Amino acid sequence: MIDIQGLTYTYPASETPALNGIDLTVPEGQLCAVIGANGAGKSTLCYAIAGFVPHFYNGTLTGRVTVAGRDVVATPLAELAGEIGLVFANPFNQITGARFTVREEVAFGLENLGVPRDDMLARVDAALALVGLAGLGDRSPYALSGGQQQRVALASVIVMRPRVLVLDEPTSQLDPVGTREVFETLAGLAQAGGTTVVLVEHKPEWIAVHADRVVVLSAGRVVLDGPPAEVLAAPELSGYGLAPTRYTQAARLAVGRGLAPGDRPLPVTLEQAAPFFTDRVSP
Amino acid sequence: MNIIVSALSFTYPSGVEALHGVNLAIAAGEAVAILGENGAGKTTLVKHFNGLLRPTRGTVAVGGWDTREHSVAQMAARAGYVFQNPDDQLFERTVQAEVMFGPHNLGRTAAEAGAAAADALAQVGLAAQSGANPYDLHLSERKLLALAAVLAMHTPVVVLDEPTTGQDARGVARISGIVEALKAEGRTVIAISHDVDFCAEHFDRVVLMAGGLILADGPAADVFARADDLRRADVEPPQLVRLASALGLLGAPLRTEQFVDLLAQARL
Ligand SMILES: Nc1ncnc2c1ncn2[C@@H]1O[C@H](COP(=O)(O)OP(=O)(O)OP(=O)(O)O)[C@@H](O)[C@H]1O
Ligand SMILES: Nc1ncnc2c1ncn2[C@@H]1O[C@H](COP(=O)(O)OP(=O)(O)O)[C@@H](O)[C@H]1O
Ligand SMILES: [Mg+2]
Ligand SMILES: [Mg+2]
Repeated sequence: MIDIQGLTYTYPASETPALNGIDLTVPEGQLCAVIGANGAGKSTLCYAIAGFVPHFYNGTLTGRVTVAGRDVVATPLAELAGEIGLVFANPFNQITGARFTVREEVAFGLENLGVPRDDMLARVDAALALVGLAGLGDRSPYALSGGQQQRVALASVIVMRPRVLVLDEPTSQLDPVGTREVFETLAGLAQAGGTTVVLVEHKPEWIAVHADRVVVLSAGRVVLDGPPAEVLAAPELSGYGLAPTRYTQAARLAVGRGLAPGDRPLPVTLEQAAPFFTDRVSP
Repeated sequence: MNIIVSALSFTYPSGVEALHGVNLAIAAGEAVAILGENGAGKTTLVKHFNGLLRPTRGTVAVGGWDTREHSVAQMAARAGYVFQNPDDQLFERTVQAEVMFGPHNLGRTAAEAGAAAADALAQVGLAAQSGANPYDLHLSERKLLALAAVLAMHTPVVVLDEPTTGQDARGVARISGIVEALKAEGRTVIAISHDVDFCAEHFDRVVLMAGGLILADGPAADVFARADDLRRADVEPPQLVRLASALGLLGAPLRTEQFVDLLAQARL
């Protein structure tokens, strides 16, 4: 569904490329998590998949980005927007400011597509319910808490039912249960709905549970790529400015103190951690 | 410096009732984390500490000063507030000017303000960017800049609203170091955060909020062991607490070392 070949991209005023020789293929229905230190290129990769790079940011791009069979560089943004939904990292910027209520804000994209009114209202209310904002449809989008604003941003993209969802730190302002629910929702969209999901996040404990695959970016390059259990327990993670889950950290410390065997893969989830610690070290 | 919140209710001009009679006493030098569902009223509550919001009913006093009787400028000398959204806080054209603004306003000399600014920028790791325009910084850096602007004011109370959002592991470690340093200096540190693991590791006391009220308040190990209250506040227990409970270990370990110690004891 997403096919990136030899992508190198440099922002207009910049000398070093923000993305440097990226090769990445994401099949339909995969939930692909992207992690990396600040400045690694995660947001730029999101922009490149959604066409904001180079259509909005200009700069120099070499290589190819193909999404749902379309060459992103050759396709106008408006046409890509029907297929690809992008949730920006800063929820405080995503609100269009063009609408008076949360419901109207979430309906904005559908209105532009000319979706019939009844259908539109039903879809908007379903999206609001999905992100836990059922009671707040009539509020002004500005009279909301930080996490509520982020939920609006998420709802306005999910309501479009894009085949490809690109989300840049969509749970940064969410409460812990909200975070879990967003991960579950995204996993559900990928598994049941065949939506292809690229998810940038800093929360390894939820990535470990829900991602099909984890890609690590560092200085514009893909440096690790594999299943969560492998990537999130990799010893080189901290070298890329990333921390593993507390489960992995505790396991590493316990192994170091001889309280757990050192010959087994380290756990990255609670499910894996429980059996890891209950098996005794053989005498 | 202490904070006393008595029967605080607050209604936004649009009519939203965000706080319904909150009582909270924070002693000088305490480190308190406030957690709870989106919309619980956390930001609304702490915006009362420096007088940005005034009670609709009830009172808030910081070091004995009733916020209704003092200007925001006066309150700001006592309680520094780092905004959840840095763009609501930052307005100067350079990073340097942004961090000088606070100490300047408090009447410090240019030399003192310059020294405080340099020190604060070094603490958050932005010393090299002092000439940059804040809007050219990334969101994670603007968040650190907003923190530096408050640190430079040396207020006895420091309030952080979601300090770790958008930060990578290095940024979280940096913020953790700053929190520990503030605690060591005996300042009152209050953080709102959805990052339960960060709260468990650095805050002795945890306040849970939901629906404009305080649901639970106590030592971190106690509150994080109260599964029902956590659930009502849409908060998940920290990873290590979940793990300890899955293993049937007694107690709520807050740090990795504590967990491993519990594990070792259980096997003696
Ligand atoms: N400017 C505003 N005008 C009207 N209502 C508001 C405003 N800001 C927040 N609210 C409402 O007040 C209540 C409390 O919001 P507050 O921002 O204090 O929540 P919070 O606990 O900080 O949430 P979050 O975790 O999402 O930041 C919510 O119902 C919210 O929708
Ligand atoms: N608008 C921009 N103009 C110039 N350089 C940028 C811009 N946005 C990001 N960069 C640079 O591109 C690199 C990758 O940034 P970004 O994609 O935002 O990383 P991340 O999302 O992983 O934090 C960084 O070196 C950053 O400074
Ligand atoms: Mg980013
Ligand atoms: Mg808030």
